[in-house]
Amino acid sequence: MTARPNLRLGEWVAVCRLDDIVPDTGVCALVNGVQVAVFRLSGDGEDGGSVHAIANFDPFAKANVLSRGIVGDLKGELVVASPVYKQHFNLVTGQCLEEPGVRVAAFQACVQAGTVFVIT
Amino acid sequence: MKPEKIVVIGNGMIGQRFLEQLVSRAEAHPVDITVFCAEPRPAYDRVQLTSFFSGKSPAELNLVPEGFFERHGIALRLNDKAVAIDRERKVVRSARGQELRYDKLVLATGSYPFVPKVPGTEWQDCFVYRAIEDLEAIRAAAGNAKVGTVIGGGLLGLEAAKALQDLGLKTHVVEFAPRLMAVQLDDSGGRLLRHKIEALGVSVHTSKVTKEIVKGETCRHKLLFADGSSLETDIVVFSAGIRPRDQLAKAARLSVGERGGITVNDHCQTNDSNIYALGECALWSGRLYGLVAPGYQMAEVAARHITGETDARFPGADMSTKLKLLGVDVASIGDAHGAAPDALNYVFTDEASGIYKKLVVSGDRKRLLGAVLVGEANDYGSLLQLTLNAIELPEHPEDLILPAREGGASKGLGVDALPDSALICSCNNVSKSALCNAVTDGATSLAALKKCTRAATTCGGCGPLVKQILDATLKKQGVEVKNYLCEHFDYSRQELFHLTRIGGLKTFDQIISKHGRGRGCDICKPAVAGILAACWNEFVLKPKHAPLQDTNDYYLANMQKDGTYSIVPRVPGGEILPEKLIVLGEVAKKFGLYTKITGAQRIDLFGARVEQLPLIWKDLVDAGFESGHAYGKALRTVKSCVGSTWCRYGVQDSVTMAVHIENRYRGLRAPHKLKMAVSGCTRECAEAQGKDVGIIATEKGWNLYVCGNGGIKPRHADLLAKDIDDATLVKFIDRFLMFYIRTGDRLQRTATWLDNLEGGIDYVRKVVCEDSLSIGAELEADMQRFVDTYECEWKKAISDPETLKRFRHFVNSTAPDHNIVFAVERGQIRPARSDEKHKPDEAYNSSKADHEPALEPAS
Repeated sequence: MTARPNLRLGEWVAVCRLDDIVPDTGVCALVNGVQVAVFRLSGDGEDGGSVHAIANFDPFAKANVLSRGIVGDLKGELVVASPVYKQHFNLVTGQCLEEPGVRVAAFQACVQAGTVFVIT
Repeated sequence: MKPEKIVVIGNGMIGQRFLEQLVSRAEAHPVDITVFCAEPRPAYDRVQLTSFFSGKSPAELNLVPEGFFERHGIALRLNDKAVAIDRERKVVRSARGQELRYDKLVLATGSYPFVPKVPGTEWQDCFVYRAIEDLEAIRAAAGNAKVGTVIGGGLLGLEAAKALQDLGLKTHVVEFAPRLMAVQLDDSGGRLLRHKIEALGVSVHTSKVTKEIVKGETCRHKLLFADGSSLETDIVVFSAGIRPRDQLAKAARLSVGERGGITVNDHCQTNDSNIYALGECALWSGRLYGLVAPGYQMAEVAARHITGETDARFPGADMSTKLKLLGVDVASIGDAHGAAPDALNYVFTDEASGIYKKLVVSGDRKRLLGAVLVGEANDYGSLLQLTLNAIELPEHPEDLILPAREGGASKGLGVDALPDSALICSCNNVSKSALCNAVTDGATSLAALKKCTRAATTCGGCGPLVKQILDATLKKQGVEVKNYLCEHFDYSRQELFHLTRIGGLKTFDQIISKHGRGRGCDICKPAVAGILAACWNEFVLKPKHAPLQDTNDYYLANMQKDGTYSIVPRVPGGEILPEKLIVLGEVAKKFGLYTKITGAQRIDLFGARVEQLPLIWKDLVDAGFESGHAYGKALRTVKSCVGSTWCRYGVQDSVTMAVHIENRYRGLRAPHKLKMAVSGCTRECAEAQGKDVGIIATEKGWNLYVCGNGGIKPRHADLLAKDIDDATLVKFIDRFLMFYIRTGDRLQRTATWLDNLEGGIDYVRKVVCEDSLSIGAELEADMQRFVDTYECEWKKAISDPETLKRFRHFVNSTAPDHNIVFAVERGQIRPARSDEKHKPDEAYNSSKADHEPALEPAS
């Protein structure tokens, strides 16, 4: 699949093979010194096989753990639930669903020839 | 129409209720109201007076809605006592010399405390218990007192005793009659109440006539009794009954009873038709009413009569009452003494639990005439309704007070059996139909229902019944409580369990595509993972199951606040070889882990980074340890005491049984965690009655307890089976656990499961012990299949390269997470606070490995 439009300037960094991520789970990648949670979603719908990247740092727990949360959807929004205190973060925007004032960084991610790329 | 001039004397609870009733009708019948009140403050809740000492302020006891007098143009004259009535001129004169003309006069003067003529009562520190001012005086005197005595062991006297106890005084109650609450209780009930009150530290002296109060030796005063005995006390509170305050009426030559009380007719009129009397000062049909509920009824009758409803009549009132005295429930209904000529009694006494219940029924056993309840009065509401509505009794009236019989139908009386006219709240005159209508009109919570009907807001005795009517009415409207798992499934966990099992579904994808919608979430995914594990017992980290797991199940360890994990190896029954104990110490030292002994007789190792978990477990598995499943909704531990092997008191080998049980059920996934324990004798050192499954040794075998809990809402376990042998014990536990796993809701511990299970423990006993559903063999087979396919998850994980791949912090680097920083406290690590993380001298990173930004080729 191709990168989403509205790309920011930056350099695509290869982080891992798509096969390294179990479908519907996340991994943490170190990209230019930043911890990025990269999620692979399963299925063949609109989001089929897509990858998403947000910051790995959970602002509530103050720990690098978001990649270890359970992914799913709530009212149609793709989300990950923090494994510590269970707040949900939108995988596309980084917005926290429970606290309107809290948002983690979201990054562009894509798959090219079986490799996952991220821009920070 | 010219407003009618109404003068009210007294602004107590009844006077205030009269005003409210009157102004609510004033639109059609304009009135001009003046109220005289001898006390310095308007109406307050005298029923709750004692709570003044447990911290309620006068403002909280206030009964008058804000702005009430102003809004209705009522002239309130506080601290101004009415001193004379001139019936000829229709004028009331007050202590301040004011004269006020009336068209209608209402006397709500209440009562005054009776103080027996005992020489010495003029002494200081002798009080009555009636108004806030009395309580303030008692409190002031209690400041440097040690002992307080209440004279009078009736209802109000025991309230006063509670007040003295709350003030920290050694409290005595002195009663003239041979028992406490002589009016409401019989001898046995009074005796039981006495035991309970004495157990609370209050000394009770019955059959004592106080002759004189003299100067004390160890205390300020000494009470001398007619039998020659005496009692030293600093404070004396008289609570020997009340007398109607009828002096004003007497002086105005209104008719009063021989023993006091202003005579009134059914409209609450005195012999002067322009003068009414209400509440404790009124004598109706030869009776005085010392309770608030009849007074409220009189207030309504008088207000209706004055505003033109000439047929409003007071029908007499029920004197039934339910109270909590010094924390003891006491209730008396109707003819509590069995005064009716052919009355029959049923009595139930449980001295162990301090419960006494008596029913008085008619000679034909068809009608309930009265009842006495001490120690437990939950059935007050239903028994009162049976009496008031003359509902025909069940075949065995004794079932109404006996503890539920095994296998017996549920006792008591459903609210559906009550007629619409049934008076549910007698304090506020609220009928069943009024409650049902309010619910239909939108009062769908208990709080809303109480607010709009005022039911259960005075004495609160009808509270449980009001709740039942609320629930029943909601149910009839089709409002049901949904227990759907989440937005992805319109099923409860129990329903989904059956769908999964019967449909032979093996993956989350199959289940959600067949029975749900969307992608799932952190609620339904772990729930389904648990169902799949319980049904098919496949390795939880299979790729198709892995995304369903909470992080704890995903990494087979317990995540802590800083993102590190803790490790709890299984120590069956809490029994451990010295060699293995040494291994735990060595592993902890090698990886720098914090160690703590858990409440479940195991050892918890904290501070492991995710990439360390397989290395740590390699060492542990090599030494013979298995996963302790501390991370799972699974069997945690079987705690045990040392049992008959070593202990002088043990009667069975509790350790062997605990090890056996723990090894049998290790790894069993359930709706929530499971804890068990085995005690070797009734001393119960393993605390088995606080566990989901508790086993206590007896001389003849084992007693099996189930559904206990500690934690936020402790629950004592229920006895499921007595004196059973080893094989039966295991059989029953197999069945019990599988039955719970099949029917429990998501994250529902066995305690909550049982509390919500229709039929309760009796039903469980039927299913498990009597096999009433004929599923015993199936449940046992399910369990055996699970036992036969058990594998240690960690042993499997460390031997599977695919699974091992996920145990690293970065997918593209071997660097550790630099945000994990520890400090040292009492010689061990702990997570560093954020202010410590920025001082590298005082804290250290979990790994000395260098930061490694370079990318590695993946795969």
